Amino acid sequence: MTVGRFWSLLFLLVPVLGVAVFVFAVVPGGIFDNHWLPEDISQHGKVIDDLFMFILYLTGVIFIVTGALLFWFCWKYDAEKNPEPVKFSHGSHTLEIVWSILPAAILLFIAVFQMDAWAENKMAYPTKDDGKTKKPALALVTGRQFEWRIQYAGPDEKIGTEDDLHVVNDLHIPVNDEVVLRVQSQDVLHSFFLPNVRIKHDLVPGMQQHVWFQTKKTGTYDIVCAELCGWGHYKMRGRLIVESKDDFEVWYANAVQEQNRTSNNVDSDN
Amino acid sequence: MNTSSAASHGHGHGEGMSLNHFISTYVFSKDHKMIGLQFLFTTLLWFIVGGLLALGIRWQLAYPWSDMPIIGGRLFSAEGGQISPEFYTTLFTMHATVMIFFVIIPILAGAFGNYLIPLMIGADDMAFPTLNMLSYWFMWPAFVCIGISFLTPPYGAGGGWTSYPPLSAVRAAAPGSQMAQTWWLMGVTLVGISSMMGSVNYMTTIIQMRAPGLSMFRLPLTIWSMFITAVLQAFALPVLTAGGFMQILDRMLGTGFFLPEGLVVNNADMITGGGQPLLWQHLFWFYSHPAVYIMILPAMGMVSDILSCFARKPIFGYKPMVYSISGIAGLGFIVWGHHMFVSGMNPMLGMTFMVSTMMIALPSAVKVFNWLCTIWGGKVEFTTPMLFSLSFVSMFVIGGLSGIFMAATPVDIFIHDTYYIVAHFHYVLFCGTAMAVMGAIYFWFPKMFGRAMNETAGKWHFFLTFLFMNGTFYLMHILGAVGFPRRLADPYHYETFKHLLPMNRFITWCAVGMVTSQIIFAVNFFYSIFKGQKVGRNPWRSNTLEWFAPSPPVGHGNFDAQPIVYRGPYEYGSPEVDTDNYPQTEPPPEGVEPSDDGH
Repeated sequence: MTVGRFWSLLFLLVPVLGVAVFVFAVVPGGIFDNHWLPEDISQHGKVIDDLFMFILYLTGVIFIVTGALLFWFCWKYDAEKNPEPVKFSHGSHTLEIVWSILPAAILLFIAVFQMDAWAENKMAYPTKDDGKTKKPALALVTGRQFEWRIQYAGPDEKIGTEDDLHVVNDLHIPVNDEVVLRVQSQDVLHSFFLPNVRIKHDLVPGMQQHVWFQTKKTGTYDIVCAELCGWGHYKMRGRLIVESKDDFEVWYANAVQEQNRTSNNVDSDN
Repeated sequence: MNTSSAASHGHGHGEGMSLNHFISTYVFSKDHKMIGLQFLFTTLLWFIVGGLLALGIRWQLAYPWSDMPIIGGRLFSAEGGQISPEFYTTLFTMHATVMIFFVIIPILAGAFGNYLIPLMIGADDMAFPTLNMLSYWFMWPAFVCIGISFLTPPYGAGGGWTSYPPLSAVRAAAPGSQMAQTWWLMGVTLVGISSMMGSVNYMTTIIQMRAPGLSMFRLPLTIWSMFITAVLQAFALPVLTAGGFMQILDRMLGTGFFLPEGLVVNNADMITGGGQPLLWQHLFWFYSHPAVYIMILPAMGMVSDILSCFARKPIFGYKPMVYSISGIAGLGFIVWGHHMFVSGMNPMLGMTFMVSTMMIALPSAVKVFNWLCTIWGGKVEFTTPMLFSLSFVSMFVIGGLSGIFMAATPVDIFIHDTYYIVAHFHYVLFCGTAMAVMGAIYFWFPKMFGRAMNETAGKWHFFLTFLFMNGTFYLMHILGAVGFPRRLADPYHYETFKHLLPMNRFITWCAVGMVTSQIIFAVNFFYSIFKGQKVGRNPWRSNTLEWFAPSPPVGHGNFDAQPIVYRGPYEYGSPEVDTDNYPQTEPPPEGVEPSDDGH
């Protein structure tokens, strides 16, 4: 084996191993079991995951083709092995036009194709059943170094009134309902990241924003802070508890009772 | 060229060797070659620092909160040999700062830009030699500022290299946000001043001082990319400098450019603001996204030259290559918002930036196809510089394709701020640019020192680096697909990421292997300066003007004869001559009509 053969094969390893790693990750079981997109419990997540996979297949094809060509040209045109004279060429207008227009068309297609998913996620604010009035926020989520403060709007559906319920780090929501959350930050930037719901939104001091989503499965999931917020950034962990409507209401009633009891104690202390 | 040049005219032995002579030749030199070498040595030293900082990050991710072996007790005696969470934020802030501002940008523009521009255009020196000297020496106050920032007790700057306010702008927000953050801002601003002086000089030199016959479309692509990079720097940098000063004012004088009203940070006094944290992100990325191209374009240029030389064939599509460099630079100014898709920026704006970001993949794709076609039908010589350049193409494809995922806004919602991004930019900056830089060092080393680096050691260096870097960075895509976030000192207490520890351990040991492999390079580099095989003017049988000069080029003035240019830089394998190279300076043989570069 000549030196050139060895190096050509090394470059062939890139697409071969590169694709293998992704196959192991995507296919369940094996050494990379569970090393892929985490379980999706949201209604909208499938669109995002499908788009991810679509781009993965598309780029995968380009990755394999360019990798294979690089290998083949190194193998075939190795100076030690190739007796033919150099193909003296400065380029080709036709080829340049083909490989400009083709990728441009593909890229524009991806760009247009995903616009709906983006709009759905960030621009189509949910409405009530009447289709006109805006759906009120279930709770206000405030990021602060290094915890999540959650303030439920309560029966009057208004945040900042007497009947609000205050919780730290545990966000209970009813399953299947379209949930709107108002998000803000008290101090520095944070990012409200729900890996299993495919939601991420930066909390910007001075701005009140909204996120909305619908879940389809009960369980306890992570709330992750995804924007550097200081030395304790790593421990700014919350829990998303998705419950059946009944469980949610039971929990809510208990939590309100608990809150009233403690605040009454505080009052009687004074 | 100017009065001081006589002092450095290479008669530096015997009685001519005085202290003044030493200082003007090796310290405050105005010779572009010496300044280039100063940049090269300095940035390579910082490369070691940046690499060791990365190992600190990797240690924590593989063995969280465990004692660092051997050096831990000495470094973190207060924490019993562990990395504290505060120090972890400093580690990744400093790793990025050092690698971006002290290694990648100055090694491309400062080291190779300085060394190669006058030589490759057939000039004696830069247009402004004194300004050139200052651009190097303005790096030193920056080194001092960042050094102080790193070492300020109790912890260095920890706001990330992006220095997002309010974390960076409010003193109470982080332990490192006391003076350390101010020193950091001043350091980065000084790097900007140095780059600005360089960029003015490069533009002027390339426009004004080309050798006779060297039209713009006969320039090597290295020079084209350096030229476009200089333009990018000149237009983007003032915005960062302005932003930097605004943040310093927010910190020092209580202005509120980036701070909204009613902020309570860490129970400190309420801040009277009225500003907007997103404003900083816009200003920062308006510079830092073009800066991403500042960090890759010169590498692309150098790789084009090396590929063509060792394929013994003209570069495929010279003009499309020039246009795509310009296209990347132009589009580079209107894509900064893709760093802010989930930042709370108006989602309508996100759509606009998504389309422009998708389109910037196009010129990059054109370049890749042209590189592949350059190798097609050639006679490939697998020298060390060629291996590094081939691997640049192979790796840049990965880094480019992974970019499409994050350009897709809905997908970015999930992968933003995860290791998918970390994988992406390390594939572009390390596996891409750093590999190209390595190739360029092996390629131009004979010109710099008159001796070649050892090829066997070079190939081992390449082989091990190539394996270990892929082991390090490739699996980060998989981590990112799980949603593994960046900048977390201990991600494993999240249920979602618990099981990723073994993969992180593997990555860490690959990173250790990668850093260790660089010892081969360091030994080869220093050994070859003194003991390497002596070579003549043109050991690679190349075409461009720098190979027309002696190795190393004579004193201050470079050429022993005036180069006159007859053709483009890539006429390898031309049917006009019998040799497989056809230097730009070689007059056409009798009876042959001068070609019009074949374009």
